[in-house]
Amino acid sequence: MNTSFRVRFLGNPRVLLGLIWLALVVIGAVAAPLIAPLDPFAISGKPFVRPLDGFLFGTDSLGRSVWSGLVHGARTTLLIAVIATVAAVAFGGLLGALSGFYGGRVDNILMRLTEFFQTIPSFIFAILLVAVLSPSTTSVVVAIATVSWPPIARIVRAEVMSLRSREFIQAAITLGESDSVILFRQILPNALSPLIVTGSLLVATAILTESALSFLGLGAPNFMSWGFMIGAGRSFLRDAWWLVAIPGIAILLTVLSINLVGEGLNDALNPRLRTP
Amino acid sequence: MSSAKPQSSAAGVSEPVLEIRDLSVSLPAWADRPRAVNSVSLTVGRGETLCVVGESGSGKSVMARSILRLLPEPHLRISGGAILLDGEDLARADDRRMRQIRGGEIAMIFQEPMVSLNPLMTVGRQIDEILEVHTSWGKAERRRRVIATFEDVRLPEPERIVDAYPHELSGGQRQRVMIAMSLVLEPKLIIADEPTTALDVTTEAQILTLLKELQTKHGTALLFITHNFGVVAEIADRVAVMRFGELVEYGPAANVLDNPQHAYTKALINAVPSLVPRKHPPRNAEALSEPILTVRGLEKTYGRPQSGPNWLSRILPGLGQGRRSAVRAVNKVDLDIRRGSAVALVGESGSGKSTLARCLIGLEQADAGSAVVAGDQIVGLSRKGWRPLRSRVQMVFQDPFASLNPRTKVGDIIARGAILQGESADAALSQARNLLDLVGLDAKAAERFPHEFSGGQRQRIGIARALAVKPDILIADEPVSALDVSVQKQVLDLLDDLRRQFNLTMLFITHDLRVAAHVCEDIIVLKNGTIVERGTTADIFANPQHEYTRTLLSSVPGRNWQQTIPDGYPARHV
Repeated sequence: MNTSFRVRFLGNPRVLLGLIWLALVVIGAVAAPLIAPLDPFAISGKPFVRPLDGFLFGTDSLGRSVWSGLVHGARTTLLIAVIATVAAVAFGGLLGALSGFYGGRVDNILMRLTEFFQTIPSFIFAILLVAVLSPSTTSVVVAIATVSWPPIARIVRAEVMSLRSREFIQAAITLGESDSVILFRQILPNALSPLIVTGSLLVATAILTESALSFLGLGAPNFMSWGFMIGAGRSFLRDAWWLVAIPGIAILLTVLSINLVGEGLNDALNPRLRTP
Repeated sequence: MSSAKPQSSAAGVSEPVLEIRDLSVSLPAWADRPRAVNSVSLTVGRGETLCVVGESGSGKSVMARSILRLLPEPHLRISGGAILLDGEDLARADDRRMRQIRGGEIAMIFQEPMVSLNPLMTVGRQIDEILEVHTSWGKAERRRRVIATFEDVRLPEPERIVDAYPHELSGGQRQRVMIAMSLVLEPKLIIADEPTTALDVTTEAQILTLLKELQTKHGTALLFITHNFGVVAEIADRVAVMRFGELVEYGPAANVLDNPQHAYTKALINAVPSLVPRKHPPRNAEALSEPILTVRGLEKTYGRPQSGPNWLSRILPGLGQGRRSAVRAVNKVDLDIRRGSAVALVGESGSGKSTLARCLIGLEQADAGSAVVAGDQIVGLSRKGWRPLRSRVQMVFQDPFASLNPRTKVGDIIARGAILQGESADAALSQARNLLDLVGLDAKAAERFPHEFSGGQRQRIGIARALAVKPDILIADEPVSALDVSVQKQVLDLLDDLRRQFNLTMLFITHDLRVAAHVCEDIIVLKNGTIVERGTTADIFANPQHEYTRTLLSSVPGRNWQQTIPDGYPARHV
């Protein structure tokens, strides 16, 4: 089963393309100081140097290296997106699991809470949270996680509800297994595949939210990020297109890659042609 | 296989409607064999019933679907041979022609009447649609025709049922609608793919009689796919036995059923549990022992009893009334089961047999009454209160594919119960290995995951899991109904052996009287949550008292065939 998963997943050319780009971004993020030794905030040359003219991607209005910004920005963007997603998956997953497992009143209360969060427009809610908490890395992570857990809770709830009535869970009950063991050792491991797929796609949304927040100047201060670069370069769009285009393309490709990989995971984990 | 062919020509088929020649259907590369159907040749004559029998994976359904070209292409496709309908090759017909043939000249009846009908359309409209596509009749004419067909299939009040939605009809009525749908254009051939498998035994008997009757009346050829030899005995003129996509035996029903030639057919027929009731073992002290399970006045009601308007319907009349009225699933049931006995709880779907079992194992909380297991009251116990009693009652579940956690190793699945009862992990695991050996599996199976096992093997694992806590009472909820015939028999015999070996008390829930007769000495017949008859299997089979028991017994498909089986057929060990 493992080998067939690997074949289905890696045999998909779109997944491979996505993985290659993501690998490049991750390498850039991890090895940022080695690849781009220049401080992304330091003035390292004349302003508005065009790409390939001494600097790979040129410089911005203050003479900062765009290449450095891109590589160091990858670090911030990825870190925030991944941490926020992990938090959202953990919180939403727990809520959904409790809600689906206990049903009845617990389910009612938790699902009304979820709906409450779902009815608030998520981006405006994120802006509000960052504004109230004052912009910092932590508050950006908190804001993104807060607006992205409800769909996770719903998916996990549905999955747990369908697994709960399966016979192997009933068998566990008749053996006298405790609720927590049934939920965490029997049900959740079997609910992992939709969780992994949604979670991976959530990283893409988190990157977009983080970039949008930074664009508005609500990102983490003192950390270069792609959204911040676009925000800073937008007033020079006609004179220095590369200030907006290069980080924009980076966001586009990264989000696209994550979506490709996420969909590939979905196809590989839930193949429609499974022999019964 | 080749020896089977001359037999078919000797059978003297009336003028053939459908002739399948060397049909092969190829499977995708990742399948376990290259072909789902491997050069099968069959003919179905006018007015004749050909039964195709086989176990799951034999390719019988794929073969039937390929006739109408309903295969999930491109993964499965016809790779060779011809399908001749009155001389026209369907394997090479274009899509336009196929649309005319489907419904028009060949109709199909599917297994699940619940999902074969569109829930959003009245059943009359669904048949009307077929007529609209295939004929040029006016609206009134079409309606007249639909009602006439409904009368044909004996639907009560056809005028009313035409305008009913599928959910307003019972399972048997829906299958009648499906049959009406297939008959309405008077096709040359009807393909029925396990049309009675999802139905209760009494409904099944009615549908089979109806099919046979209609066939005589209209002279339609019938290709009937089934796994059930009782059904074959009931309706087949000729029989084709398939295995691994190949035809292993093919001939007139009487020959195949009473004098099978191929070893596989012999094994299959021997595996059908006989209707000969099991005798009581000689009464000894044990048989007269105290009852180990005593149930008095047990009741379980689903849904809320209808009360006055609730808060929502008080504010907005018409809303909040959707609640189902209460269903009494178990109604004042009294039971006494003695240690070491095997009791079958027999009934049709909705009779409350599973609910009763679930109340006795603590998966449902009974509403009233008492149930005492070896001196301890179990009604009203919390999950925690149940825990020390888990080693008294255990359950074997119905679906071997759903009853084992796919992410846990077999050894851990079995050992878990003993660990929860306070056994050390090592001791429990070595006991699990012994149990695997006991249920006929390799002890090494403990290291493997459930998906590596077949249905029958999984059910053995399920039995080992139940035995791991050394229960006094084993409740088996339809443990073989999801298994193939040949495996059914093995699992039943295993349960029987284990029962003797451990002096287990067994409560066996089943809808199948053959199975009940095979493993249990006593039978309790349930209907609508109430016990209508109880007694020893031999007594009930010989002299049923209650009307309902008589209906059940007379509905068992192929009951007459079983009685003609010569003594030379040992019922044991395939």
